Amino acid sequence: MAKTKIMLEKRLTVPTSIKALVPVIAIFLALIATSVFFIIGGKNPIEMYMEMFGGAFGSFYGLSETVVKSIPLLICALGVSIAFRMQLYNTGAEGQLYMGALAATYVALFVPNIPLALRLPAMMLASLIAGALWAFIPAISKALWDVNEVITTLLLNYVAILTVESLLFGAWKDPDGFNFPQTAPFDQSFRFPLLGPSRIHMGLVIGLILTILLYIVFTKTKWGYEIRIMGESKRVAKYSGMNIQRNIVIVLCLSGALAGLAGMSEVSGVSGRLIRNISDNFGYSAIIIAWLARLNPFMIIVVSFLFGGLLSSGTIIQMAGLPASTSYMLQGTILFFVLAGELFVRYKVRFIKQEVE
Amino acid sequence: MGNLVVEMKNIRKTFPGTVANDQVSLQIFEGEIHALLGENGAGKSTLMSILTGLYKPDLGEIYIRGEKVDFKAPKDAIDKGIGMVHQHFKLVKPFTVAENVILGLHGKQFIQQDEIIKEINHISEQFGLKVDAGAKIWQLSVGEQQRVEIIKMLYRGTNIMILDEPTAVLTPQEVGELFKTLRKMAEQGCAIIFITHKMHEVMEFADRITVLRGGKAIATKENKNTSSDELAKLMVGKEMSMERKNAGGELGEVVLKVDKVCAQNDKGLRALNEISFSIRAGEILGVAGVAGNGQSVLSEVLSGMREATRGKISLNGEDITNKPVQKIIDAGVAFIPEDRGSTGLAGNLSVIDNVMLKEYRRKKFSGGIFMKDKAVRTRAQELVDTYDVKIPNIDCPVKMMSGGNLQKLLLARETSFEPKLIVAVYPIRGLDIGATDFIHDLLIAQKNKGAAILLISEDLEELFKIADNIAVMYEGEFMDTIPYEKANVNEIGLLMSGVRSGKNG
Repeated sequence: MAKTKIMLEKRLTVPTSIKALVPVIAIFLALIATSVFFIIGGKNPIEMYMEMFGGAFGSFYGLSETVVKSIPLLICALGVSIAFRMQLYNTGAEGQLYMGALAATYVALFVPNIPLALRLPAMMLASLIAGALWAFIPAISKALWDVNEVITTLLLNYVAILTVESLLFGAWKDPDGFNFPQTAPFDQSFRFPLLGPSRIHMGLVIGLILTILLYIVFTKTKWGYEIRIMGESKRVAKYSGMNIQRNIVIVLCLSGALAGLAGMSEVSGVSGRLIRNISDNFGYSAIIIAWLARLNPFMIIVVSFLFGGLLSSGTIIQMAGLPASTSYMLQGTILFFVLAGELFVRYKVRFIKQEVE
Repeated sequence: MGNLVVEMKNIRKTFPGTVANDQVSLQIFEGEIHALLGENGAGKSTLMSILTGLYKPDLGEIYIRGEKVDFKAPKDAIDKGIGMVHQHFKLVKPFTVAENVILGLHGKQFIQQDEIIKEINHISEQFGLKVDAGAKIWQLSVGEQQRVEIIKMLYRGTNIMILDEPTAVLTPQEVGELFKTLRKMAEQGCAIIFITHKMHEVMEFADRITVLRGGKAIATKENKNTSSDELAKLMVGKEMSMERKNAGGELGEVVLKVDKVCAQNDKGLRALNEISFSIRAGEILGVAGVAGNGQSVLSEVLSGMREATRGKISLNGEDITNKPVQKIIDAGVAFIPEDRGSTGLAGNLSVIDNVMLKEYRRKKFSGGIFMKDKAVRTRAQELVDTYDVKIPNIDCPVKMMSGGNLQKLLLARETSFEPKLIVAVYPIRGLDIGATDFIHDLLIAQKNKGAAILLISEDLEELFKIADNIAVMYEGEFMDTIPYEKANVNEIGLLMSGVRSGKNG
């Protein structure tokens, strides 16, 4: 009797074709899986996807909204990817973003007499520091006592979000805001300038500059080299005399700082005030984006744009009578398939025919 | 002697690239304590893994009590009464002793805690295995945990008990107790096999001894008909090919001075015991010894990767004790670690990245912020060419290379910054003759340039070929240090097993 045995064989090198193909197939499978829910909701999935695609990318307005959504995604994903490079899994970009937004709002509303030219830089600086500080708590516990950063960064998200809410419902609530949980609007001088006749703002330029900057840091600098070694093997890093603990703190704080900056970019560039749900789950989507882009800064631009489209098409799903959270579901499903696809990236599947007595 | 319970005939087992067991035959009788003696890599563990059903032999037959068996899985071996106490215990720490004992036993859906505890107490009284059946594993000392493992085996009806280096983790008192227990078990008809490389244990406790070397069973001796001298000779074996590579030469000033250094291993046990020695410029100090006697810890302490709990290390008079690794590298210490693939080199990264590990901070290769790409590439190419490292190109990940080429690259890097001290741990492990020669030539060249070299080896031939002095390490200290001319294999073999011969004692 012949029996076929499935064997997994570890790949020595991963062909580029596999690296590129796996995410594409994963996204395709995620679309198929999610279509089940469209069918349950009584919609034709193909029509829905067409509409979503058209809505996100098919018109100038749609396209510009997609870009607006992809700005915080890009900045957050860059931040997350810094930590991922050192195999530090910062799942707290969402909370760091909220803290950054909070700090920026404080500067815009409560710090008097800032010279005009320094207003935006001051907001940016405040948000960078706030995000970094929010990441510092998990960072220092990781460095000193090896506390799992996945858990600590994640849990601090709730603390950050609820802190912002308590301010919005309390001390910072706009007295003229009809009791809405939001702050007073910022003065125009604290708003990012818009680029052209759309809602696309300066944040885009900052995101693109950061992308190039990070690319240079990771490929050309001494510190980038150290991070590469540390990400590959802590033991080799120690052997080479690198200070791992210090770099854990630096990398996680830097990661948090960028997420914080994304928060500033949202309050200053989009809402003009601190509001509830300032983030459309940007911090979580960033994790998926960084992963899909394999931490490559330029790929992060592409993937952020696609995910921005997914978010902006949420409204179209809503108009069709399905909950907007369907687009989050689609995101989650994509990550699920991408992670499952890792198996095929790392291993070769072989079918072996065996003769059995 | 009792009945023949285990008979292994002409066992052969190969792994890709190596023959772990070849034509090994072994007979174990009821009521005996049988020692398997051999150096690392002699094939002891492989042989026992075959007996416990973990590996399937390529060739050969196994008979248990005269019945031919073909173990497909460890369960088959357990059913035949074969049990093994591994060096690393297989216990669930948060569970109690009783829970661990019954773990994995089928047919006991409802656990009668009282009955199990009663039975455990019965076993522990019978064999003198003191342990509290209700205690959780994490509360127990290592010695007690080992007792739990033995009780577990006995509870399952094991009557062929294998212990893999059982004394490695025990205090001398516990060792005495363990063997008292094993003797009692043997008297009741168990067959006991223990793996070891400590001579005094063998001579004190074993009835018969089988010596393995290079995957072959060299001889089986009765305790009363042999001596530690003879066993050491059998264990180390082979006439050395004395093709000496080291041409001698004048030794210079003292480079490395180690003074009463103590350090702990990963388990927090003392691994270096007030060790003191010095190495002079142009000297190769060879360290012989069975792995696990503190050699790795010594190398890590010298290279700054592990903390010395006491004592002082100085390099050319400068105190480098517990300095950060970077400082020690800068002071001129090169380190060829035991596991080149996971400590010395990062497999997924390119030759370029790996070549730079020790030198990337130097002005030549980096400025304040940026790496000097061109200088870096030139250096990598230069090393690859000079040392004839076989690799398609310098952007290739190093894991694509063979063991010999990896080691060449590592040595190329470590010797290229003109180190004052080279700490080399098992530098030729797993290499073929060509690569071995290459590595040795490199070390000799460094010696001639005036480097002090600490060569930790498991291969006496290697030491006799290139060392100026040979120290023997045993349980965290040097038993003795002998100039090459005066050293002889037998004496070193004895020292390795912890036996001091009269004239040097």
